[in-house]
Amino acid sequence: MISPTPPIASVIPSVSPEAAIPLRTELRDISKRFGATQAVDSVSLDLRSGEVHALVGENGAGKSTLVKVLAGIYAPDSGSIFLDGQRMVIRGPANARQLGIAVVHQEPSLFPDLSVAENVFLGHQPSGRFGSIAWGSMRTAARRLFEELDVRLDVASPVRGLSMADQQLVEIAKALSVEARVLILDEPTASLSAHEVDRLFAIARQARERGVAVLFVNHRLEEVFELSDRVTVLRDGRRVITADTSDLTTADLVRHMVGRDVTMFPKVATTAGEVLLEARDLTRSDAFMNVSFSVRAGEILGFAGLVGAGRTEIARVLFGIDRADSGEIRLAGQPVRFDSPAAALSNGVAYVPEDRHQEGLVLDFSIASNVSLPILPRLFPRLFVHRETERRLAADYAERLSVRSTGVDQLVGALSGGNQQKVLIAKWLATKPRVLILDEPTRGIDIGAKAEVHRIIADLAASGLAIILISSELPEVLAMSDRILVMHEGRITAELARADATEEQVMFAATGQQAHGDRPTAPVPTVD
Amino acid sequence: MSSAVAPGRSTNWVRGLARWEVLLALILAALVWIGSIVSPFFLTPGNFSNLTVAVIEVAIMALPMSLIVIAGEIDLSVESMVGLSSSVLGYLWAAGIPLWIGIPAVLVIGALGGLLNGLLVTRGGLPSLVVTLGTLALFRGLALVVLGPRSISQFPPEFTNFGFGNVPGTPIPWPLVVFTIVAVVLGLVLHRTWVGRQIFALGRNQGTARYSGVRVVRTKTGLFVLSGTIAALAGVILTARFASARADAGQGMTLTVVTIVLLGGVNIFGGSGTILGVVLAVFTLAVLENALRLANIAAELQSISVGLLLIVSVTVPNVARQAGQAFHRVRAGRSPPSGSIVPGE
Repeated sequence: MISPTPPIASVIPSVSPEAAIPLRTELRDISKRFGATQAVDSVSLDLRSGEVHALVGENGAGKSTLVKVLAGIYAPDSGSIFLDGQRMVIRGPANARQLGIAVVHQEPSLFPDLSVAENVFLGHQPSGRFGSIAWGSMRTAARRLFEELDVRLDVASPVRGLSMADQQLVEIAKALSVEARVLILDEPTASLSAHEVDRLFAIARQARERGVAVLFVNHRLEEVFELSDRVTVLRDGRRVITADTSDLTTADLVRHMVGRDVTMFPKVATTAGEVLLEARDLTRSDAFMNVSFSVRAGEILGFAGLVGAGRTEIARVLFGIDRADSGEIRLAGQPVRFDSPAAALSNGVAYVPEDRHQEGLVLDFSIASNVSLPILPRLFPRLFVHRETERRLAADYAERLSVRSTGVDQLVGALSGGNQQKVLIAKWLATKPRVLILDEPTRGIDIGAKAEVHRIIADLAASGLAIILISSELPEVLAMSDRILVMHEGRITAELARADATEEQVMFAATGQQAHGDRPTAPVPTVD
Repeated sequence: MSSAVAPGRSTNWVRGLARWEVLLALILAALVWIGSIVSPFFLTPGNFSNLTVAVIEVAIMALPMSLIVIAGEIDLSVESMVGLSSSVLGYLWAAGIPLWIGIPAVLVIGALGGLLNGLLVTRGGLPSLVVTLGTLALFRGLALVVLGPRSISQFPPEFTNFGFGNVPGTPIPWPLVVFTIVAVVLGLVLHRTWVGRQIFALGRNQGTARYSGVRVVRTKTGLFVLSGTIAALAGVILTARFASARADAGQGMTLTVVTIVLLGGVNIFGGSGTILGVVLAVFTLAVLENALRLANIAAELQSISVGLLLIVSVTVPNVARQAGQAFHRVRAGRSPPSGSIVPGE
């Protein structure tokens, strides 16, 4: 009952003695489906003891789903997991940890009010007399753990005050506080500085030397080359290739990542008019830096990049939700500064947000009430809402966008995702905007509805709107845009004309690689 | 006002009959019937006047409170604003300042108190529960500073007559006229204008409302200003009715105001409710209290029965509605293939 010095896993996990032969963790034919999306399609992956295995792919390629299957967060629809040749069923995250699978998630998920030591040992605290927590030995163990990681942190202080990078290190210590055979690092470098990345890499290498299999999920290709022994590329939920990293070049990797199969999108007739919206040296700290671009009437300007590159943050500034620290926005030549969405709205800027349910629609309002919401004051200057006017207006836009419903009185929450998206676009079209910003307009809707949304976007451009299209789907950006800006970590890294743009070029720029071509990296002045 | 529902409601008549307002009206009718059996005085005009006036301050304050709760906030400070209003009015009168200056002055104080609440909630980004709990104490403290433990009386008869007198030739008390005007105006604003629509949108989904150009700060601050002003007005009415100004006026009223709002079918989590429901809840509560008193039921038992009725009537519709909403969410969340329509609603 009394265990004053509880068994604490040796700090950097080591291989058990009988395992002189390499341990193997194997995923065989794993599939996972969410609604209409086949997130992971029969993927096999083996992780060898003592290797760093990189997992790369575009947004939505299935990386996180695969990681979550291995971490016990999702149960696969089919396929099996073998540990040392033995078939295992992982029954949840706690079970995964018992089996020696440790995960460092991209977003630290710590308890801000608990101390560093408590967070590290949460769920397996060393216990003292009568099952109470042995605070002293817990702190000592935590201190020893951080010493071995060569990290100086006060283990008794609450996590709340720590920087993002330190929190990430606490996550890593937490992962390593149990005997781990597999250490999953899910995009761990996103919030780290160069020095901290070095330290993380040293920790990963140390773990590799002790015989741990490290699965390294990452977007940054240079880091993949620096750290990994082997690499697996996923695309559209399928495995494209697994190879020794040294056998591949960056170009190979990018080529494997892109080239998704997709249906054709309608082509856009380009009849660009005057410049409607222009941004000059727009900067918002921690979001984006020195961003300059312009959009013309009738033009679709695509914003490509990986999730977190700063594209939505720019849109939020253009729409008056956030404010830029510096820089200038001009609307039809006039400098503007919107302090609220209402102000942007009355100046003809509309933003179709990415999150339909939290920012786009009121699900338990009718179609008519949703469509009229942004323009109520304009529509009814005498305060009183005239239902018939409202319903007619909504019916008109619903018909133009072929929204399928039982009528404009139907609740939006009862519609399919694709039809909800069409209502959302209808809502913003009803504001009669000059500039329309679309943020991931086809996310989470099925192929048929996607094609319809693309047709609508093309028609809108043809009718003279200036459109900014933010999309993480490369084929979509390439097919729909007249020009493409590629962002990487808050900066525009490439500007490509429709004719020149290829998936490889965009992916190069989006992953922060030097684009092969005549385009420089770093901020590009607008061509206008 | 009966068709004045939150946007998007079905007009199906079966659903219409099952509305909370209809149930409330039936409960109210049953209570009136019981009351008429219990006491021969119950159905007299004089008693009608009594029973409404007995709850009139609470009733008036429940109206703006409904709008605030629908917008997803709450104002707990109203009862202290009643006390502050009464104290300042009494103080000014005692200092020789005429009521035609004193009354507008306390209404302005009410508006300023509401402005303070509103700015702390919107600009300060603090939860209204906490902010108005703070001003609940603050306003009461100010009232005590102004008047201390004394009470001011000797108000002119025209003023006190407004408190307990009737409109000449009718059994309708003057404060009920005030209540009716406020109810009609707020009912129209909430259910017929786009301001009301924006209030519903705020309560249902503040993120979407903001992205749709609803001026969140302006709208919510406006509602708190309204609530403060009406609470000050309730303080004026209370002072007139008792012909006495006291710092402890209105103590304990907030709880009753909030219960009326909930009994009226307003969702405590915001986003739905009607003024009609709240008006019915006012009369239900007034009739119940009155009937119990006429039946000579001991005060403790009166209090217990009122409390029980409130708990039951607040629990039942809210639980039922939330279960229904959860059910619809689950169904709506399962995204059906494009083009197909989820049946129902």
